[in-house]
Amino acid sequence: MSEMTAKQVLFEPIFSNNPIGLQILGICSALAVTTSMNVTIVMCLSVIAVTAFSNLAVSLVRTQIPGSIRIIVQMTIIASLVIVVDQILKAYAYEISKQLSVFVGLIITNCIVMGRAEGFAMKNGPWLSFLDGVGNGMGYSIMLLFVAFFRELLGAGSLFGVTLLTPVNEGGWYITNGLLLLPPSAFFIIGLAIWGLRTWMPEQVEEEDYKMSRHTHKEAF
Amino acid sequence: MAKPKETVSRTLLVALVLSIVFSVVVSTAAVMLRPAQIKNQNLDIKTNILAAAGMLPSGASADEIESVFSQFDVRLVDLDTGDYVEPSFVDVNDPMKYDMYKAASDPKMSTKIPSSEDKAGIKRRPNIAKVYTLSENGEMKRVVLPIHGYGLWSTLYGFVSLEGDLNTIEGLGFYAHAETPGLGGEVDNPRWKSQWVGKELYGEDKTEPQIRLMKGGVSANAADKEHKVDALSGATLTSRGVEHLVNYWMGDRGYAPFLKKLREGEA
Repeated sequence: MSEMTAKQVLFEPIFSNNPIGLQILGICSALAVTTSMNVTIVMCLSVIAVTAFSNLAVSLVRTQIPGSIRIIVQMTIIASLVIVVDQILKAYAYEISKQLSVFVGLIITNCIVMGRAEGFAMKNGPWLSFLDGVGNGMGYSIMLLFVAFFRELLGAGSLFGVTLLTPVNEGGWYITNGLLLLPPSAFFIIGLAIWGLRTWMPEQVEEEDYKMSRHTHKEAF
Repeated sequence: MAKPKETVSRTLLVALVLSIVFSVVVSTAAVMLRPAQIKNQNLDIKTNILAAAGMLPSGASADEIESVFSQFDVRLVDLDTGDYVEPSFVDVNDPMKYDMYKAASDPKMSTKIPSSEDKAGIKRRPNIAKVYTLSENGEMKRVVLPIHGYGLWSTLYGFVSLEGDLNTIEGLGFYAHAETPGLGGEVDNPRWKSQWVGKELYGEDKTEPQIRLMKGGVSANAADKEHKVDALSGATLTSRGVEHLVNYWMGDRGYAPFLKKLREGEA
């Protein structure tokens, strides 16, 4: 790991090691907050801030953390940062924080944050850890924005709240696709995105755990 | 991971220092940002009230909202008698500070609704409600009343605004709910909400609210069409919830005693 350059640390997680696309982490919030671009962007910025600063903080104290309580220490750092982010949103972006509701608080349980703190920041210096946090946050963001783009455009006929395809309900022609406003649709979009990503970068395809052998036993009939 | 300093006392020390440092960080953030948050919450409530009353200028700034809202009188009403009560009755100095939804979960400040009467699905009703009135030259022009009740997935919170006759609806809107986006969530659709304007709550006798949400729309020559609103398509239960909660809150368990007194000029 130590031979990684800052650039690699920052940009690898965006496509070649995407936390959602390859590691399949952080799916829960990807389903919940991707119905509109505005909300998604705020969520993404919050997650980038939390992963970056929790990585930084964990990395700064990594030599002092006793192994037996390291997970709790990381949790405390992450939870505190999330509360601070939540408070800031309530003070300066009230409308959006209302729409994000519990999902800001749930950044605490976002596997990406915890995974990077334990997997990277515990072993690397503060600067690299910070960049790794930003990079992974961006990897998460790019996937969320991709999902939100299709969900908002086809589900509500708008982007960033600006109506592009006037829905029938408002006197236009576009029949909105209600499925895309419901959480399961994000599964389909993420699935298609992962398919696309792995077609582009075939090295991301996992090896099969086992190979099915040919059916040789003769059934009795 | 094997570090030389892995002792019990060290572990406790690290845990203690960490807890102290982060409690200071979290509490500083909470205290410093508190005023801005309260301002946002109040502004949000005022915006919702003005939106229900159709008085919200589009793209209004915070100051404009404050100045339009200042035309309203905020009063507290005893729902059983329909009389105004002083803010000191509920231990606040400013009626704006009274939270009727918090009061609804306080046994001393609310009444349990028998399940046979609980059309709105809210279980407890606060004794005192917060209403917003707008009068010009001593004449009542508008009354905005908070309403809430259960839809399909969630409790819907909103406001209904009445004209000076205390019968004609001037606007209705929900500011908090978690109904299905695209189906029940269409309670937020401006086109749907605009149908409520001009509908009448009560029939001739002015006691029992008559609002009905009709499947398939309301044709121009339907009987009693002044009480009927098109239901939300694909959202039968949310529509039923809205119908029930409007009728509950406008009925004699809700605001009817207060509206009656206002009409007779007694409140």
